[in-house]
Amino acid sequence: MLSGALIVVLSFAYVGMLFAIAYYGDKRADAGRSIIANPYIYTLSLAVYCTSWTFYGSVGRAATSGIGFLPIYLGPTLMAALWWYVLLKMIRISKANRITSIADFIASRYGKSHVLGGLVTIIAVLGIVPYIALQLKAISVSFSTMLQYPNAVASTASLPFLQDNTFYIAMLLAAFTILFGTRHLDATERHEGLVAAIAFESIVKLVAFIAVGVFVTYGMFDGFGDVFAKAAAVPELNALLIQGGAAGNYTTWASLTVLSMLAIILLPRQFQVAVVENVNERHLNKAIWLFPLYLFAINIFVLPIALGGLMHFPAGSVDADTFVLTLPMSEQKTWLALLAFVGGLSAATGMVIVETIALSTMVCNDLVMPILLRWKFLRLTESRDLSGLLLGIRRSAIVVVLVLGYGYFYLAGEAYALVSIGLISFTAVAQFAPAMIGGLFWKGGTRLGALCGLSAGFLVWLYSLLLPSFAKSGWLPITFLTEGIMGFDLLKPQQLFGLDGLDDISHCLFWSMIVNVGCYVGFSLWRQPTAAEHSQANLFVDVFRHVAPGSGSRFWRGSATVADLQTLLSRFIGPERANEAFAAYARSQGIPGIEQVTANAVLVHYVESQIAGAIGSASARDMVASVVVEEPLALDEVMAIIDEASQALAYSRQLEQKSRELEAATNELRGANQRLQELDRLKDDFISTVTHELRTPLTSIRAFSEILSDNPQLESEQRSKFLGIITRESERLTRLINQVLDLAKLESGAADWHPSEVDMREVLDDAVAALSQIYKERHITLDTRVPEYLPLVMADRDRITQVMLNLLSNAANFCDKENSRVSVALIAEFAVLRVEITDNGIGISAADQTVIFEKFRQVSDMSSGKPRGSGLGLAISREIIQHFGGRLWVESTPGTGAKFSFTLPLPRNNANFLAA
Amino acid sequence: MSATPSRVLIVEDEESILLSLEFLLGKEGYTVNTARDGALALRELQTQPPDLVLLDVMLPLIDGFELCRLIRENPELHATRIMLLTARGREAEIARGMALGADAYLTKPFSTRDLMDKVRGLLSGNGTRQPAS
Amino acid sequence: MIGPTLKGQRLVALFLLGCLLFNFPLLALFAGNARIWGIPLIYFYIFAAWIAIIALMALIIERKDR
Repeated sequence: MLSGALIVVLSFAYVGMLFAIAYYGDKRADAGRSIIANPYIYTLSLAVYCTSWTFYGSVGRAATSGIGFLPIYLGPTLMAALWWYVLLKMIRISKANRITSIADFIASRYGKSHVLGGLVTIIAVLGIVPYIALQLKAISVSFSTMLQYPNAVASTASLPFLQDNTFYIAMLLAAFTILFGTRHLDATERHEGLVAAIAFESIVKLVAFIAVGVFVTYGMFDGFGDVFAKAAAVPELNALLIQGGAAGNYTTWASLTVLSMLAIILLPRQFQVAVVENVNERHLNKAIWLFPLYLFAINIFVLPIALGGLMHFPAGSVDADTFVLTLPMSEQKTWLALLAFVGGLSAATGMVIVETIALSTMVCNDLVMPILLRWKFLRLTESRDLSGLLLGIRRSAIVVVLVLGYGYFYLAGEAYALVSIGLISFTAVAQFAPAMIGGLFWKGGTRLGALCGLSAGFLVWLYSLLLPSFAKSGWLPITFLTEGIMGFDLLKPQQLFGLDGLDDISHCLFWSMIVNVGCYVGFSLWRQPTAAEHSQANLFVDVFRHVAPGSGSRFWRGSATVADLQTLLSRFIGPERANEAFAAYARSQGIPGIEQVTANAVLVHYVESQIAGAIGSASARDMVASVVVEEPLALDEVMAIIDEASQALAYSRQLEQKSRELEAATNELRGANQRLQELDRLKDDFISTVTHELRTPLTSIRAFSEILSDNPQLESEQRSKFLGIITRESERLTRLINQVLDLAKLESGAADWHPSEVDMREVLDDAVAALSQIYKERHITLDTRVPEYLPLVMADRDRITQVMLNLLSNAANFCDKENSRVSVALIAEFAVLRVEITDNGIGISAADQTVIFEKFRQVSDMSSGKPRGSGLGLAISREIIQHFGGRLWVESTPGTGAKFSFTLPLPRNNANFLAA
Repeated sequence: MSATPSRVLIVEDEESILLSLEFLLGKEGYTVNTARDGALALRELQTQPPDLVLLDVMLPLIDGFELCRLIRENPELHATRIMLLTARGREAEIARGMALGADAYLTKPFSTRDLMDKVRGLLSGNGTRQPAS
Repeated sequence: MIGPTLKGQRLVALFLLGCLLFNFPLLALFAGNARIWGIPLIYFYIFAAWIAIIALMALIIERKDR
């Protein structure tokens, strides 16, 4: 038996130490040198999950159900693997929207709904306050155990509370929470000192538990093997080991795993430490494996302690829940027992502190403030500075929560309703899961769905779990359990609709989740989400796609003045902090000073999120709306804004496409313009060339005419020579004029065509006859190769003759001077008739082979002076051949002559045109 | 008429025009040389610097403008007068020729009397840079 | 940082593996009388699987991907 004074002093000294640590943490934070800004402190603060229920209760549970205590820790381990997706998203969303509690989170997600926030708060308070009571009970039991051992433990709850140390501890915790939880109102609502203290507590409870475990396993026994071997010798214990105990029911195992998976992210205290108090989301990385490691470490010795206790104490003489304390004491290890006591105290106080602050934030922001702000007669909306009132409400809420917790503990005492509250609490917060997790990943969830799901799940929980626990405690007639309500068998709360064979937790989890998820999904799909719901859904679900702060302002449109907004903010967080907030805003926007800040959607959103930290998102929206003339956004407008983002990409692609098309069009235009300019230039060139070609013969004609007229005494020989020149040049002039006109007609399509069946042999004969004189004069040998049978072609005989003449005279002009030879061949091919005219002249260079078909482009022949002809012959010939669907081209190797060929298409049915 | 007859070089690729010019100038008593393209003209210019060059603009190999520029660049030919003969009659072409240092121009077809008046004027030394008539 | 990263997918796979390891059919497999170093098989199995999963988490998180 220990001195009561020592234990009391130790307890209060320990809590005093927490004050010191928290004070130091806050000082450091104010100085900008945070001691909690690292992943290890973050992990330790997450370990607030392990309460006295873990510290004392795990051993108790292991003593009755073997491995049955483990799912509570395996679930969070598995969930930690999903934190990367789930918790990170919650952190990001909460930081972007200044969300400070789970109630605020759900309310904000579904269009900043007061009703939803209030409902979540009520469920949380109902589910968690008894849990706080359980912690106080654990403290109380540990007190009396320490004081009264080895006598049977009598509950201190029977004492008047003023003589109960637990009451003073509770009040001390209230003071601590008020001091470090509500030092000031701050948009971030982070409490560094408090987190430092919680992390310290996590170390204490781990060290204490492991110390006891090591003592039991290696001090009292000879290691793990020995503990298990000795236990195996006891038949009742062996059964516990082999079958996995009485709770070796796999359904229970699975539902506890699921329950604890949900609890680790949905318990208000977990939300507080994991999300609200998170300094840097990167700390989550390490916590993903460090936190499960913590859970693993604190559970290693649970079984040895449980088994050791069961073997050490006569059956039933000592409550298994107190083994952690009683085993060291029975071995006279007083200091170890004191360490274990402090460990248990730390586990309980840590939970109480964090849970209280989380609940008080919810109560203040989502229950009290919305109501107060609605009561017009309080004129709160006109009040100058609400920060004092807000702090008052927070502090009152803390006291109220703790008093409620103590009251419940005081009244319930040993009742079943308190003992079993751990899992009942878990099941209560599990009701948040559909609205919460659905809201994170499904845009379709609506306020109505969340409201209906939560309410239905909550009612099922109330009916099938909480009320039965009351009945078991004797507060309700037990017939409620055995016969159901008003004797309806199907409504027996723990065998709803006759569902039997499940333990009460699995049973409740099953039914509550069925109705919760069912209503959430069903009513969400009932009708279109409103604009507010839709915009919030997008902000939450797509949080990783939205760029950091201010992104919420996309869904807002309205007007306000900077002064109004600043006044509003200072009313909630005080003028000094409001000023700081505005300065921070100015900095973030790259504005030199507060004076230059302009009221826009971003600023309004910023102010709203700052206020949201203090009074919750739903109320913050109302407050901001009171100074801002907001133009309501219709749903289709919100949809349009959302679409905008997704369309932006498509737009940019389209734009790119358009600009490419434009570029192509520009290029085309430029090309067309160039062609036009080229054509214009060609036309100028043509006219200029025609002018030149006309003036040249005219010059000779005029010059010789004047010479003849001025020199009548010229010799007759010279006279006739000059007259010959005049005649020749006149002919040239005439020919040229005819050809120009001819070409113009051909090119404009105005030429007259007289198509008929043409026998190319006759055309060739005509042309040869016309040129025979020239060929004879120049001693040119002409070979003709004509097949016996030649198909007729459809053409204009005169025109084709013109082409033949042109090509034959060209050949005569260009063929070799010495051994002149020109050959003509008519060849009938499959679909065309081909004519080849070959000379043995100097040939045409590759570059000139295309040029010669252009107008006035003649290949200069230096050795023989300027070539004869107008330079239009080949152009005209090509026009004619092309008109009849043929082709005219030249092949030549310079130095060996040139071969001009043209084709004319043969009619489909050759037979009809075969000439005899 | 001076003791030593003036030398005239006719550069013209059109046979009949060359023939007419040769006749007209020869009848007047000038010593006439001919060239049918720019390259031949250049050779004639180097061997026997003429007092006057009658220069067709559209010439094979080296055109009249280029020849005009070459003559003006050559200090030995500073006294040589140049008369351009153009068949195109474009203002821009005439301006270009005059800018390159031609002393006179004539548009084809021309009056033989105009031609001879200009030739005489250029060779007597007071007909330089006549304005267009 | 988020998205269907390899790291995230590995963690999800690990979660599924854990769900499998800590559930009915596999657990029943180890619920026998056998002992390892004097420790009942079921306890040994759960704690071994547990620490293995934690080790894998640490590996996934701490490994520097390129």
